[in-house]
Amino acid sequence: MQYLEGRKYVVQAIFLAVALVFAARLFYIQVMDGSYKLAADRNTLQRIVQVPYRGLIYDRKGQILVQNTPVYDLMVTPREVKKLDTLRFCELIQLSLEDLRAGLKAAKAFSRVKASPLVSNLSTPELAAIQDNLIDFPGFSVKAHMARSYNTKNLAHALGYVGAITPAFLEKPKFSKYNPGDFLGITGLESYYEKELMGRRGVQYRMVNVRGIEKGAFRGGEFDTLSVAGQDLHLSIDSDLQAYAEMLMQGKRGSVVALDPKTGEILAFVSAPMFEPATLSGKGMGNRYMDLLNNTERPLFNRPLMATYPPGSTFKLVNELVALQMGVVTPQTGFPCNWKLVRCTHRHEYPSNVGIAIKNSCNPYFYQVMRTAVMRGRSANRFEDARLGLGEWRRQVMKFGLGEKLGVDLSQEKKGLIPSPDFYDKRNGYHRWNFRTVYSLSIGQGEIGITGLQMANIMATIANRGWYYTPHFVKGIGAGGPLPQYRVRHTVGVDPIHFDEIIPGMQGVVDGRGGTGGNASLLDVGISVAGKTGTVQNPHGDDHATFAAFAPAEDPKIAVVVFIENAGFGGSSAAPLASLLMEKYIRGSVAPWRKRWETWLQGPGEKFVRHH
Amino acid sequence: MVGLGWVSVYAASYSPDAPADPFSHLSFQELMAFNWFKQILWIGTAIVLIVVLVVIDSKAYDTFAFVLYGIMILLLIVTPFIARPIAGSRSWLELGPVRLQPAEFAKFITALAVSRYMAGINLRQQNFRDQLVLAGLTLLPPLLIIAANETGQALVFGAFLLAYFREGMSPLILLILAAAGAILILALLVPKLWLMGAFTVMLGLIFAFNPRLMRHHLPMSLSIWAVVIGMVFGVDFFFNNVLQDHQRKRIEVLINPSADPLGVGWNVTQSKIAIGSGGLAGKGFLQGTQTKFDFVPEQSTDFIFCTVGEEWGWIGTMVVVILFMSLLARVLYVAERQKSVFGRTYGYCVASIIFFHFCVNIGMTIGLAPVVGIPLPFFSYGGSSLWSFTTLLFILLAIDAYRKQDLERY
Repeated sequence: MQYLEGRKYVVQAIFLAVALVFAARLFYIQVMDGSYKLAADRNTLQRIVQVPYRGLIYDRKGQILVQNTPVYDLMVTPREVKKLDTLRFCELIQLSLEDLRAGLKAAKAFSRVKASPLVSNLSTPELAAIQDNLIDFPGFSVKAHMARSYNTKNLAHALGYVGAITPAFLEKPKFSKYNPGDFLGITGLESYYEKELMGRRGVQYRMVNVRGIEKGAFRGGEFDTLSVAGQDLHLSIDSDLQAYAEMLMQGKRGSVVALDPKTGEILAFVSAPMFEPATLSGKGMGNRYMDLLNNTERPLFNRPLMATYPPGSTFKLVNELVALQMGVVTPQTGFPCNWKLVRCTHRHEYPSNVGIAIKNSCNPYFYQVMRTAVMRGRSANRFEDARLGLGEWRRQVMKFGLGEKLGVDLSQEKKGLIPSPDFYDKRNGYHRWNFRTVYSLSIGQGEIGITGLQMANIMATIANRGWYYTPHFVKGIGAGGPLPQYRVRHTVGVDPIHFDEIIPGMQGVVDGRGGTGGNASLLDVGISVAGKTGTVQNPHGDDHATFAAFAPAEDPKIAVVVFIENAGFGGSSAAPLASLLMEKYIRGSVAPWRKRWETWLQGPGEKFVRHH
Repeated sequence: MVGLGWVSVYAASYSPDAPADPFSHLSFQELMAFNWFKQILWIGTAIVLIVVLVVIDSKAYDTFAFVLYGIMILLLIVTPFIARPIAGSRSWLELGPVRLQPAEFAKFITALAVSRYMAGINLRQQNFRDQLVLAGLTLLPPLLIIAANETGQALVFGAFLLAYFREGMSPLILLILAAAGAILILALLVPKLWLMGAFTVMLGLIFAFNPRLMRHHLPMSLSIWAVVIGMVFGVDFFFNNVLQDHQRKRIEVLINPSADPLGVGWNVTQSKIAIGSGGLAGKGFLQGTQTKFDFVPEQSTDFIFCTVGEEWGWIGTMVVVILFMSLLARVLYVAERQKSVFGRTYGYCVASIIFFHFCVNIGMTIGLAPVVGIPLPFFSYGGSSLWSFTTLLFILLAIDAYRKQDLERY
């Protein structure tokens, strides 16, 4: 048998070979290849994101405007739904059979084993009505989360709304930290201050078994982070003034912006027609959003920021200030009210100085002011002279924050338009336009476009005699102040003395005999108002009425701009509205004998349509 | 080894919800609900068994080998009729609270019987009748076990070939089986026409380099070639018609584990994840997440190696591999020092059976072998398996203890 002895080595070799293969394979999957560790973590680790309490929003007096309340989503897990009595179920949650079927189908498409929302944003009373019966319907559960609720019926356009993140958002790198189903500010301040309001999410790592049942914290919670509540926003909005402004703007189209000129803080901000902020929160918000979107009055259009109007006569002030700063005119410069140049608003005394011109809003006067400022004789060619002159004029005008975004803390802001020489070169051709082409700018008509906010900022700048803070809504974030960009004072490059020349003229508009803004006078309550009326020529229909003012003239506390679309002459509607707001803000209330203006303004809209 | 096995079973069945000190709180019946506790009982009874086995005169094994074989065959025939089906197979006998699997014991009894028979014949003498009887002795139990739907256990009997090889079986048989296995695997992996072409080219090359072969053995060569080609095409038939559904899927999974990761591939995928996540030194005793949270199924029985791999890492799995190698080396050493053919053959049978279990069980947990429901000797939870391996091993020791007497007899 000796010759078979050798075979034991063969057997041993086979054993050893297998052992070595195992050792190598084990070494590879255990030590070399890290992917199994990741797979193991994917198996057991569940990342639970704790969404912190969203920051609250207060007004300037510390009144809560926006807060959080729990709302509930009715969730459905398709696999667990058994023998659904659809009739009873639909009756219970007040859902149509079609909606239920569509919802179940969508849920199945998402996942059979994971819960997806069937009905979103049920309020606590709505939940209470169905909760007890829910036990009869396996597969349905309730998930709570926080939604916004509002203590105010106003300011919807500035506040914006909070909604679930959309797939389109999720793809953007900016939102990489969000998960499907997260809520975030979609528009308005909610969106602009999303980072501050959101706070910091907490993350908990839980271990789960194969059936997804929690088995405790991962490594004793070593990697868990606590959520940090969002920071509160303190708005500069005066809720009372805001509510009053919205009441006065009821039934009109247009905008109101009121600023504290000394700080750039926005006191009131109205875009009419309005809607209540709660419209875009809670159950059925999707449908209500669509209603607003499809409304022909375009309530979602944020007029003070997005509607750019030719500013009308109010712009004459900027025109004058620029010319004064250039030194091409003096306050005592007189120009004839020459109707051949441009039609004037009405017959009036000879504009022998700027005060009289402003009081009467004399079109030919400001035509000539601008012509003096633009046509400086830099070139013998009058076309080239107009190009050069308009370019310099525009640079000066833009220092007032026109033609570009001011940088308010809302994202929808439009730039407006101060047309450049290039603009006319493109439209009319190089050297094919001259001052006669652009003269409308001098009286705030034509190609020029200015937002309501920019106009209010001009008023604040005049009130401050040459400087402004960028208008903003948020005067305090948490315990801190506003964002740093709202603490920088901007100067417009016009000497303060020039403002002193035109402010008396603006006072004359309101308080002078025959001034166009007489309806805005607050002399009887002891307040001197400086203002300017405007009528914006509207090629599409009735003219728009504007009135821009600040008060008190000697120590301005409030600057207001009112635009009322299709209301004709600014003096009859916009001026009294602005005066009521200024009185309300400065005195805290409106004198009883001035209440007639409220009645007047709340009357039928047609009576504002007056042509001049 | 048994101790390590118990620790792993404890870890595998450990649940954080259980009371910290179960002995002081729970009654015997409640404790019986825990696998780790039952395993203590099994180990205890196994020790009793060892004493009995060693005390019995080793000549008894020799003498009663065929009697035991007969009883076992009877039991295997009867079992499917009286057993309640468990997990698809009627192979468990219930004696009160204890469940036994006769197939487990068939291993050592068959080992005894073939060794006994082997002692009387000489495999080298090419006595066709003796070889046929031997083959019959070896194949009868697995056929009965297959009938009871425990294919995994039946495959173990293939391990006897290693013992026969040591005793003089022609190496050709091993080679042919290995070649057949290789062809089967290739046929599953490689398109059939390619394979056919490759074999034809191979045949041509052999003829080209060895013209003598063509002249003298042409019919033989061609028939081998025909058989090979037949196998290549037979695989599909075998695969689709002979194999049961779950068996076919297990082989598919072996070839491509990601084919159905949540279905049939789940066991292998999760088992690999558990072992792979152990790293070099493991997560520590009772710290395994994959095994603890039931991601790995059958983790205290067939997939016990996962618990070792996850909690003790590569070091732990190496300890297990080295332990098995030491045990096998020792068994081979003991087998080689037997003076009787009976003892030596039996020793080799023991080594082969343990090796087969080791090979297939660990192989399947790391995705190198198809999932076959056989336990890891001494590690997996289960009384039948522990008893059977204890018996297997200690009969060898008993025989070894009396080897000098054998010398006197022969």
